[in-house]
Amino acid sequence: MNNMASLVLLSIGILFNLFGCIGLLRLPDVYNRLQAATKCVTLGTCSILAGVLLHFGISDAGIKAIIAIPILFFTSTVAAHALIRGAYQFGIKLGDKSIKDDYKDAVK
Amino acid sequence: MTDYLDILLYVQIALSGVCMYRIIRGPTIPDRMVGIDIFGILVVGICAILAIQTERSFILDIGIAWIILSFIGTITLAKYLSGKKLNE
Repeated sequence: MNNMASLVLLSIGILFNLFGCIGLLRLPDVYNRLQAATKCVTLGTCSILAGVLLHFGISDAGIKAIIAIPILFFTSTVAAHALIRGAYQFGIKLGDKSIKDDYKDAVK
Repeated sequence: MTDYLDILLYVQIALSGVCMYRIIRGPTIPDRMVGIDIFGILVVGICAILAIQTERSFILDIGIAWIILSFIGTITLAKYLSGKKLNE
C-alpha cells in the first residue's frame, strides 16, 4: 500500500520534471524558460521527496525528506527571483512574441 | 518495483542531460545560469530515488547540501549579473 502510493507520487513528480525540462528546451527566451522550468521542477522534486517520505515512514530518511521539502521550496523560488532580476538588469531583451513588459514601468 | 525505479532513475538522468544541453548551448549567460539552477534541483531528485533504491538515508543528506550550495551559487551569479558587489 505504502509502496504503491510512493510510486504514484514518484511518477507524478517525474512527469512534472519532464514538462519543466520540455519548457526549458523549447521556449523562446530566458524569462519564459525560467518561469516554466523553475515552477514545474520545484513541484516535481517536492513530490518525489514526498514519495520518499511515504516509502520510509517516520524514520531517519523520512525526517530528512520533511526537512528537505521546505528548504527546496524557499531556496529555489528566491533563487529564481534573484536570477531573473539580475538577467533583466543585465540587459536581456524579451522575446519576439512577448507583448507586455510591466517591470519596465515599475522600475521608473 | 526495482525495475520501475530503474526506469524512473534513467528518465531523471536524461532530464539532467537536457539541462546540460541548455548549459552548453544557451545563447546568453542567464540561459546557462537557469540551466545550472534547474540542474541542481534535478540532482536532488536523483538523490531521492537513489535513497529509495539502496534503502540508505545518507544520500538525502547529499541532496540537502546540494540544495543549499546551489542556492548560494545562484544568488552569487545573480549578483554578478546585476552588476553589484557582493556586499550591497
